[in-house]
Amino acid sequence: MTGATGSWASGQQGESKPVALADWRELERRSRRENVGRAWYKFSRNPLSVAGLAIVLAIVFLAVFAPYVTPYPHHAGPFTDFANAKLPPNPRYLFGTDTIGRDILTRVIFGFQDALLMGIVVLALVVPPGVLLGLIAGYSQGTWIDTVIMRITDIFLAVPPLILALAIASVLKPNLMNSMMAVSLMWWPWYTRLVYGLTSQLRNEYFVKSAETLGASKAHILFREILPNCVSPIFTKMSLDMGWVILIGSSLSFVGLGVQPPKPGLGTMVADGARYLPDQWWIPVFPALGIVVIVLGFNLLGDGLRDLLAAEEV
Amino acid sequence: MLLKELTMRLVTFILKRALHSVFVLLGLSVVIFSISRVLPGDPARMAVGARAPQWVVDNLRAQMHLDEPLYVQYGYWLVDALQGKFGISLVTRREVAEDIKEFFPATLELALFAGILMGGFGILLGTISARHKDKWIDNVVRVLSYLGVVTPAFVFAIIFMLVFGYWLKWLPTIGRLSEGLTRPPVITGLMTVDALLAGDPVVFWDALKHLVLPAIALAMGGLAQEARITRATMSDNLTKDYIAAERALGIPERVIMGKYLLKPSLIPTASILGLDFAGTLSSAFLVELIFNWPGISRYGINAMLRKDLNAIAAVILVLGVVFIVVNIVVDIVVARLDPRIRLSAERSE
Repeated sequence: MTGATGSWASGQQGESKPVALADWRELERRSRRENVGRAWYKFSRNPLSVAGLAIVLAIVFLAVFAPYVTPYPHHAGPFTDFANAKLPPNPRYLFGTDTIGRDILTRVIFGFQDALLMGIVVLALVVPPGVLLGLIAGYSQGTWIDTVIMRITDIFLAVPPLILALAIASVLKPNLMNSMMAVSLMWWPWYTRLVYGLTSQLRNEYFVKSAETLGASKAHILFREILPNCVSPIFTKMSLDMGWVILIGSSLSFVGLGVQPPKPGLGTMVADGARYLPDQWWIPVFPALGIVVIVLGFNLLGDGLRDLLAAEEV
Repeated sequence: MLLKELTMRLVTFILKRALHSVFVLLGLSVVIFSISRVLPGDPARMAVGARAPQWVVDNLRAQMHLDEPLYVQYGYWLVDALQGKFGISLVTRREVAEDIKEFFPATLELALFAGILMGGFGILLGTISARHKDKWIDNVVRVLSYLGVVTPAFVFAIIFMLVFGYWLKWLPTIGRLSEGLTRPPVITGLMTVDALLAGDPVVFWDALKHLVLPAIALAMGGLAQEARITRATMSDNLTKDYIAAERALGIPERVIMGKYLLKPSLIPTASILGLDFAGTLSSAFLVELIFNWPGISRYGINAMLRKDLNAIAAVILVLGVVFIVVNIVVDIVVARLDPRIRLSAERSE
C-alpha cells in the first residue's frame, strides 16, 4: 500500500515540463491527422469498401460533368432521330438507342443527375428533423414527449415507405419536387428511431450525468454532449440510405410519379422500355443496371463506413 | 399448471401487442384520411371531373359530409371504413370492397409463394455458406446475396421475364392463367389452391407456372437477406463453446447441425423473414405491373394514377392491416423460438 502510494506520488510530481498551449494544439492537430491516416488505411484494406467509394465517385463525376462526358449530350432532351431508332448496342451507341433514336448511354448518365439530386435533397430534408426528434424523445425517455414522438414514428414505420410515398405522390402533381416531398415525409422516422436508441443509452453515461450536475443547459447536453456521439451511426445510415432513397425515387418515376419526360429518369426509362421486351431488351435493361450500380455503390460504401466507424446500430 | 401459466402469459403478450397495433392503425387511418381528403383539394370536384356543373359538385359535397369540419368528416369516414364501406371506385365503378375482395387473393398467393421461396432457399444457402465458410462456395453465395439485396425487385422482374420468359421460353410472363383455360370455382381465391380443390391438374400446373417468375422476382431480395443473416448467425454460433462441448460428447454432426445449431441460428432469420414477407407487398406494386398480375397492388397503382381516392385509401388501409398482423405474428414466433426473450418477458411480469 505504501509502496504504491509512493510511486503514485512520484508519477504525479514527475519532471515532465508543462506543455505549452501552442505545442498542445500542434499535438492535437498531428494526432487528428494520424487518425485520419489510420482510418483511411483501415478503409483501404477492404477492397469492397474501396470499390464502393470508386463507384460513388465515378457516378458523381459522371453526373456533374454529364454534358461534357456523354457522347450525345443533346439526346438528354426531346431529341428525335428516327433513322437511328431502336439500334442494338454497337460501337457508336454503346447501350443502343431508344424508340425515337436517342443514345441510351447518354440518357442513363443524365439520369444519374436527378437520381443523386433526389438522394441529396431527401436526406437534407429528413436528417435534421429526424435526428432532432430522436434526441428530444431519447433524452426525455419515459415522459409524455417521448410517448408522443415515438408513437407517431410507429405509425409511419408500420407501412413500408414506398406505399405511402406512392399514395402521397399520386395526389400531388407528378414531378420530381413532389416525389422528393413524398419520400421525405416517409423517411424521417428511421433517423428518429436510430437516434432515439442511441440517446436513451448515452443519457446514462457519466459525461452526460456530470454535465447535468454542472448545470449545463438542455441544448448543450443534446447538441454538444450527446449528438457528437451519434454522428458515426447517422453518417453510416445516410450513406446506405442514399441508395435506398434513389431506389424509391426510381420506383416512383417507374409508375410515372417522379421525373417527367422528356427528362431522363432511370425509373421512367425502365418502365417505358419494358413495353419493348423482348425485341429491344437494351432499352429497359441498361437503365435498370444503372439503378443497381448506384444502390450497390452506396451500400458498399456504407458497409465500409460501418466497419470503420464501428457503428453496429445501423 | 406450468403450461397453463405460460399460455396465460402468451395471451397477455398478444393482447398488449394487439392494443398497440390498434393505436398504430388508428394513427395510420388519420394519415390515410389526410392523404385522400386534405391534400388533393376538393374531393367532390375530383370525383365528378372538371366539366360537371357546380350543383352536382355541391350535392356531392353535402353527401360526402364535406361541408362539416375535418374531424367530423374523419369520424364519418372511419365509421364507414370499419364496416368495409370505402365507397365507389372511379376506375371499376364498383364498390371498392368488392374490388379488394377480388384482387387481394392474387397478391396474397404471390406473396405466400415468395415467402416460401425466401425462407426455404435463404436458409438453405445461408447454411451451406456457413458450413463451408471462406471456401469458394461461401464466396459465391456471399457475392450473389449481396447483389440480391441491392437489386430492386422490378429489375429482377424485367431480367427474369427477358431470360426465362422470352429467350428460353420456359415460363409464361403475363397474368395468372393461360388463355383457353377456365379458372376454377373461387374458394380461397388462390388460383393454385382452387385448382387443387377442384381436382384440375392442368389448371394447377398452368397457374403454378404463371406464379413462378413474379414470385421469384419478389423473393430475390428477401432470399438474399435471409441467406446473409443465416450465414452470419450460424457461423457465429459455430464457434460457441456449446457446439464444441456437443462434439466432445460425441453427438453426431448431423444432429448438432440439424438441431442444436439450426434452431438458435434461425431466430434473427425468423424476424427478418417476417419483415421481408410483408415487404413483398410493397415491391409487388411494380412487379405486378410488369407481369400484368391482377392483384391489389396493380389495382392500387391504377387507382393512384387515376386519383381514385376511395380505392387508394382502401388499398393502403388493407396493406397496413396485413403489415401489422404479420408483425404481431413475427413477434410471437420469435418469442416462442428464443428462450431468452420468453423468459425475460415472463420475469418482467
